[in-house]
Amino acid sequence: MAVMRPSGDFDRSYQQDLSFIRKPWQWVFLLGAIAAVATSPYWATPYIVITINRIGYTIIAVQGLNILTGYTGQISLGQAAFMLVGGYVSALTVEYLGLSVFVAIPIAALGAGLVGLIFGLPSLRVKGFYLAMATLAAQFIIPWLTRHTFKEYLGGSDGIISAAVPRIGSYEFNEPSRYLHITLVVLIITTIIAANISRSRAGRAFVAIRDNDLAAEVLGVNPFGYKLRAFFLAAVFAGVAGALRAHSQRAIGTELGYTLTESIFFLGMLVIGGLGTNIGPFLGTTFVVLMQDLSNAVGSGLAGALPAAMTDRMLTSFRPILFGVVLALFLIFEPRGLAHRWRLFKAAWRLRPFSH
Amino acid sequence: MNWELVPQAIVTGILKGGVIGLIALGVVLIYKSSEVFNFAQGHLLMFGAYITWWFAGAHEDGSELFNLPLGLAVVAAFGVAILIGFIIERLTLRPMSGQPVLSIVLMTLGLAQLIEGLTSIMFGVQPRSNFPTPFPPTETFKIPFEPAFNETIYLKKTLVAVFIVAIIATGLVILYFRKSRAGLSMRATAEDHELARSVGINVPRIFGMSWALAGVVATAGGVLLAMLSGASLTLSTVVLITFPAILLGGLDSLPGAIVGGIAVGLSQELVSASKLIEVRNASAIAPYVLLLIVLLIRPEGLFGQKRIERI
Repeated sequence: MAVMRPSGDFDRSYQQDLSFIRKPWQWVFLLGAIAAVATSPYWATPYIVITINRIGYTIIAVQGLNILTGYTGQISLGQAAFMLVGGYVSALTVEYLGLSVFVAIPIAALGAGLVGLIFGLPSLRVKGFYLAMATLAAQFIIPWLTRHTFKEYLGGSDGIISAAVPRIGSYEFNEPSRYLHITLVVLIITTIIAANISRSRAGRAFVAIRDNDLAAEVLGVNPFGYKLRAFFLAAVFAGVAGALRAHSQRAIGTELGYTLTESIFFLGMLVIGGLGTNIGPFLGTTFVVLMQDLSNAVGSGLAGALPAAMTDRMLTSFRPILFGVVLALFLIFEPRGLAHRWRLFKAAWRLRPFSH
Repeated sequence: MNWELVPQAIVTGILKGGVIGLIALGVVLIYKSSEVFNFAQGHLLMFGAYITWWFAGAHEDGSELFNLPLGLAVVAAFGVAILIGFIIERLTLRPMSGQPVLSIVLMTLGLAQLIEGLTSIMFGVQPRSNFPTPFPPTETFKIPFEPAFNETIYLKKTLVAVFIVAIIATGLVILYFRKSRAGLSMRATAEDHELARSVGINVPRIFGMSWALAGVVATAGGVLLAMLSGASLTLSTVVLITFPAILLGGLDSLPGAIVGGIAVGLSQELVSASKLIEVRNASAIAPYVLLLIVLLIRPEGLFGQKRIERI
């Protein structure tokens, strides 16, 4: 997609043409944001730090989903299950191979990616909503396998095993305020990778398959190969996210979630943020996570104000209601998500005070 | 395989499969008329069960407004379901017509979350085990059968009644589609929206009607399930095991939904009749394994039309 740029904004070199960050103020903004997040343990409450950490690894999972659903147009209802695979692989690698967590995360990514490939195989025969069914099967089969097979390794019916605390030398990342920095670094790396995938040959092939798979095939894009690649990449990102979450919670297993509802929430985050945009996962995840926290706060606030019989209902109900309503509103009124709003806002700012 | 348990498993599987088939019917119904695959069907079902429970006045603290006998409560719940079906179609699906599959699937997923939240806010999160049933849940038929375990097949009376009702309801829906004017209009709409319009069928209205009908079917399924296991928020998950049934039978085939439902019921029960505990445990995911196999071998299902674009 050609980015519409104002007159007078042109590139003088190929390098400039390739760069994502074009303006000095963008560098200032970006570095400022990174610095703000990195130093948040010093100025924010622990709750905020934990939330930033949670948003961080969730963004990575949504970035993976963005490659599969946003760019390639394949619906996946199994992203949370692939996170579970990544978390388990990472925890087990550290436990039994004695490797560092930082080595285990790439291994987890690869492991989740391979599992993603297996469940991507039906994409060779079916598409659209049939494929959603195949990923739905993954979302049930994988958690079941973790509970009922290899019980001595995977925790069996407890549905939970412990994951090691990452350390460099004697420095332990044992608190959210320290762990945050790992999440931040990994998030920066995955963002660079995701952004570059989206404009590589593979990324263009993904978009071609999404827009018209027949036309893509005529143009020489092999739909099977690229769909499988998209599945692989989505699962790789999910694996990284799962590993980060596992070591951050210091445990992994179906007891901690990784349910179909989470997979649906990931899809919702992606749509609210904007399908097929690089900034979408950031905006959508932040929006939805903050919305969830807000709805929990509202729910518990109301629960305090109402008679005791109503309390339990208030605590859990607002999250799904708010999510459902917001998702429906976005789908009807802004299917291109917050990313599009952001673009409109920037354009409006640039053209100010003339609106056209 | 534990052969002694197999006869029992087959009978129970078929009976449960009938109910699964009825629930699957609701999804197929909407798909047939408007090509929307409704992930919220399970939540409609759960809502229907709770509404019926509420109309039947089973609330412990006596805060209910009505105290209807079960039959009337079901009829009242059907009324609510029709209303909700129309509202859902008008507010959420109609603005989405012409959007890609992804958006519509997401819309029904969002809808599912919304209904779940609303149900838990209206009726509480605790399971309600005091759902009114025509028979006490412990009453069983005993059928003597030589090779079976204890030489008898046990049938819960409730389960048999539920199966009979499910089959009758399915028959009614199929009859409605074959004979009634509204049903024929729905089929015409499913074939081709523009052609249907040109012979004077009000297509948006038909969409609304099919959602209303699906709401009724869901409520019927919800009531039947609640008779077996009580009303609870987990009722909605049953729709997930109907997906394999739907795909197995064929996405656009009404009798296929029933056959698929029975196949899924059988697969679950037969797997749990195994001697090995590892295999028995797998009865929870047997439908999904079945689903993957169907997708790989025959994606259009047993009775579906071969309209799927193979890639």
